[in-house]
Amino acid sequence: MDEAVVPILTLNEVTKAFPGVVANDSIDIRVMPGQIHALLGENGAGKSTLVQILYGMLRPDAGTVFWNGHPVKIYGPAEARNLGIGMVFQHFSLFEAMTVLENVALALNEERDMAKIRKRVIEVSHGYGLPLDPDRYVHSLSVGERQRIEIVRCLLQDPKLLILDEPTSVLTPQETEKLFKTLRKLASEGCAILYISHKLREVKTLCETATILRAGRVVANCDPREETAQSLAELMIGQRISSTSRAARENSGGDRIRVTNLSMKPEDEFGIALDDISLTVKRGEVLGVAGVAGNGQKELMAAMSGEARPMEQPDAIWFDGVPVAALGPAARRALGAVFVPEERNGHSAVRDMTLSENAFLTAARRMKLMIRGLMCRSSIRKFAGDVVSRFDVRTTGVTAQAGSLSGGNLQKFIVGREILQDPGIMVISQPTWGVDAGAAVTIRQALLNLAHRGCAILLISQDLDEIFEVCDRIVVIAKGRVSGAREIESVSVDEVGLLMGGFGVVEVNTGMVARRAHDD
Amino acid sequence: MDFVPFVLTVITASTPLLLAATGELVTERSGVLNLGVEGMMLVGAIAAFAAASATGSAILGVLAGAIAGIATATIFGFLTLTMLANQVATGLALTIFGIGFSALIGASFVGFALDPLPKLNIAGLSGVPVLGAIFFGQDALVYLSFGMLSAVAWVLTRTRLGLILKAVGESHDSAHALGHPVILIRYGAVLFGGAMSGLAGAYLSLAYTPLWAENMSAGRGWIALALVVFATWRPGRLLFGAYMFGAITILQLHAQGWGVVIPSQFMSMLPYLATVLVLVLISSDRIRIRLNAPQCIGKVFHPAQ
Amino acid sequence: MIRLEPRGEVSRIWPLLTPLIAILLTLASGVAIFSAMGKDPGLALYTYFVQPVSTIYGVTELLVKAAPLVLIGMGLAIGFRANVWNIGAEGQFTIGAIFGGGFAIAFHDSDSILLLPGILFLGVLGGMVWGAIPAYLRTRFNANEILTSLMLTYVSILLLNYLVHGPWRDPGGFNFPESRIFSASAMMPTLIADSRLHLGFVFALLAILVGWLLLNRSVIGFQLRVVGQAPAAARHAGFSQNKLIWYSFLLSGGLAGLAGVAEVAGTIGQLLPTISPGYGFTAIIVAFLGRLNPFGVLLGGLVMALSYLGGEIAQIEIGLPAAVTGLFQGILLFFLLGCDALTHNRIKFSIAGRFVRI
Repeated sequence: MDEAVVPILTLNEVTKAFPGVVANDSIDIRVMPGQIHALLGENGAGKSTLVQILYGMLRPDAGTVFWNGHPVKIYGPAEARNLGIGMVFQHFSLFEAMTVLENVALALNEERDMAKIRKRVIEVSHGYGLPLDPDRYVHSLSVGERQRIEIVRCLLQDPKLLILDEPTSVLTPQETEKLFKTLRKLASEGCAILYISHKLREVKTLCETATILRAGRVVANCDPREETAQSLAELMIGQRISSTSRAARENSGGDRIRVTNLSMKPEDEFGIALDDISLTVKRGEVLGVAGVAGNGQKELMAAMSGEARPMEQPDAIWFDGVPVAALGPAARRALGAVFVPEERNGHSAVRDMTLSENAFLTAARRMKLMIRGLMCRSSIRKFAGDVVSRFDVRTTGVTAQAGSLSGGNLQKFIVGREILQDPGIMVISQPTWGVDAGAAVTIRQALLNLAHRGCAILLISQDLDEIFEVCDRIVVIAKGRVSGAREIESVSVDEVGLLMGGFGVVEVNTGMVARRAHDD
Repeated sequence: MDFVPFVLTVITASTPLLLAATGELVTERSGVLNLGVEGMMLVGAIAAFAAASATGSAILGVLAGAIAGIATATIFGFLTLTMLANQVATGLALTIFGIGFSALIGASFVGFALDPLPKLNIAGLSGVPVLGAIFFGQDALVYLSFGMLSAVAWVLTRTRLGLILKAVGESHDSAHALGHPVILIRYGAVLFGGAMSGLAGAYLSLAYTPLWAENMSAGRGWIALALVVFATWRPGRLLFGAYMFGAITILQLHAQGWGVVIPSQFMSMLPYLATVLVLVLISSDRIRIRLNAPQCIGKVFHPAQ
Repeated sequence: MIRLEPRGEVSRIWPLLTPLIAILLTLASGVAIFSAMGKDPGLALYTYFVQPVSTIYGVTELLVKAAPLVLIGMGLAIGFRANVWNIGAEGQFTIGAIFGGGFAIAFHDSDSILLLPGILFLGVLGGMVWGAIPAYLRTRFNANEILTSLMLTYVSILLLNYLVHGPWRDPGGFNFPESRIFSASAMMPTLIADSRLHLGFVFALLAILVGWLLLNRSVIGFQLRVVGQAPAAARHAGFSQNKLIWYSFLLSGGLAGLAGVAEVAGTIGQLLPTISPGYGFTAIIVAFLGRLNPFGVLLGGLVMALSYLGGEIAQIEIGLPAAVTGLFQGILLFFLLGCDALTHNRIKFSIAGRFVRI
């Protein structure tokens, strides 16, 4: 059949530059109908820019997009949808205060009749095993359910090409497997799928061809099933990345962090309530908190750092034998605790302030950077300089604005700022989220070294590979509750995945068995 | 005091608040905070007065008020939506500008008087005792204020345009990602707000007190802003709020006639103190505010190019 | 179609240039407005902006008007840095004048040297009290401080109006709504003989120095800047937002109160129904014109004082309505905000799909 030979999508030398960086440099890609095509690359490789061009949100500076063999200019998402392109965003484009039905209706070009849309939502969502209640408000749904809305509203328009941007970062391994089933079904019906990811195992499991991006350029096209994880990683990163090394350490000390029966209502009405959480972290130990996004991680982080306080439960949190639940962040820091929340921009750092000022932000007291209410500018510069040099932060100097640093470098600065305060307790969330591979290794190694010096670390992460690499014990957080702790050696990814889906709910897991990264 | 004249004066005091607040409600639902209502009202008031006294036509006066409101709102829209300026600062600038501009134009109109906006006689029923004057004998802008409020309520709850407008105010990034023209929608909402503020001003200078006086809005624009918060961005409650404030204004005017011996200045404080009070009452219910406030209000939308 | 795109690197020159460009554009608009009004634009601009400062006395008058603007503008600039929108400085100014003026009236026959310090203290206290109300309502009830502080301004002006019409009316004043004239010991000393320039301007200069130290060297100033730029980061670092809101309001209210009491005990010498030509609102423009920077506030205060002074002279000499001043102030703020966009962004014009960058 002739039509089958014509690629559904062809990119020819597509180029897009932003001030200071060429995000896409002469990109060539061909996607065939019914093909599951991976777009593989590190953070910052240019995947998101490319996807936004395909969905009409950005205009390329140069190059041509061919659709079904014809050159097209895509002037906006509505036009992309008219062509038959569906898009599932990494950061969902949903409206929390609206219903599922309204969210779907907002993404449809033609259909205006709410009753018809409701009927089709029910049909399609059940047909593809993605059940949805059209009248639920989005803020009451789990992250996995929210992703279903994104997918279902694409499917309502019979897409010829479905683009998914890092879809599994919010799913349990079991949910991931279900998603893959849906995608394979779609592909078998002739829909092409462009699957964007930096997770090698998934790409090897799901995709039949892969385009690898690095620093804005296509560096290889390959069949990922015939490559090893190691060879794909090298193509993606461009150099061998050293792995972390872990010195033996004795976890014989007492509990430095103790949380008992912590329950807390969320400050944000759309947030998750913490429900009867208990955990301990010993001296020199790293305890991992695994879980799918939106299950109470943010709220747990806020409760640990003192940004949110369970006033009626003064005994719920203890640091080094001191009850801290009623204390604010500054008082907890005074006890030797440091905190790194997941969001860099505007939470752990201020974009428009210099690195010096950002160093002062959390280190003022412990590092004695102030005298009688005034800022001690020379000590601040020296401390910020120390962080920059000891943690290999690539920057023009300590007067550079935090916003001018890449994600990886800024995160190294933030983690370095906390570690150089010589903490006894660290609570850190998603330390390598959106960070390049080199910086990720530096950060994980720094955490291991810190624990070796006796610090108790509570590591909240959605990246199971990271948890298995760094942690001694693991708990799982789901719907604001935390499972019992398990030794990391005695637990499998599958078991963790089942816990991530909610305790007590045993789902039948067939097909792919996700495996630990360093077992590959 | 008689019931009918009292209700009639309450209606005249409430109508400008209702008009302006209806416009600002739409603006805010699209995610834009325009603090320049007071300025737009004043420009609308002088434009309406000038046009009506120059042409002798009340209809042209009303139209001029609306157009002047739209013109001043365009300045606000250009600065905040195209030039990405801070909405709070720009709204304040609009008010300062509006006070100065209207006073300058109005300098030559001080002391003039106009015939008030004609009262309609709908279906010939305005002569019916008690209800006739209240329901069938108002001027056109009073009916328009109810009509616009109903239209806004209908658009917001029943139409796709309303759905998109709310979506833009809820999350401009998501709306943009789905291909809805965020900036265009917001321009529309800002200009609608301007037109309604201009009409509110026209009502002041053509019907409420048919003459021009410097700064004649006397804080009504700010009270309209507070009413939108009081109504938690819902049209139904807006109607209640506007008439409650109208009643307070009239009560304090009549208080002395009833033998209340409190100095007039303290009575004049009542609408302002009541505004503070309702703000406190409604804002302390953080959950209601969180669930009803447009989440993007006041935030600059800056799509990547 | 016009679009903005972010500049990769924020230029250091732009933030200093934008106020100048905005002033020039405002002058250009002035030419257009004067021409439209049938005035000779050259003469009008001269009368407005040059003639007022062509004499020593004129310069002292400029400083007299600049003092309240700088005092209030400094306080507002600090609050605005923290995203605390105190729009009610006019009210705090008025209450400051009432508190201090009331003290002066109560002890009108005293010649104690403690009288003036007492008046000034009460003026500051009055401004702080009036600023404390929106701070309390915001921190305790989450009520929007823009609206509450503004509503309180109307209340304060009505209160002053009541006092000078009623209990504080000058018993020997032929029923005019004015208080008695303050005694000499209640008045601030003048700095230059034969001028009205009084101690208030020295307070303004001190406020600038203290404001600079506060914003650039002190920990609390750092906290105010963080809470303004990134509230979540302020929480993360353990800064109390409520404390900073209180701090901003007490500081800006106190300075506005000082400006108010200095106006009645320095420039006017009694309480009148109207004691301010809108200093509290104009100071908002002063703060923005000065880039929320203390020394900028000083310059901004002088520019806006010139617009008041020029407005008065132009009204007398060439019959321009006083409202022109307000119009200029609004236009200046528009241009300033518009030019500000160019500090962080570059303009992209698209003509038939092709982009031209500036």
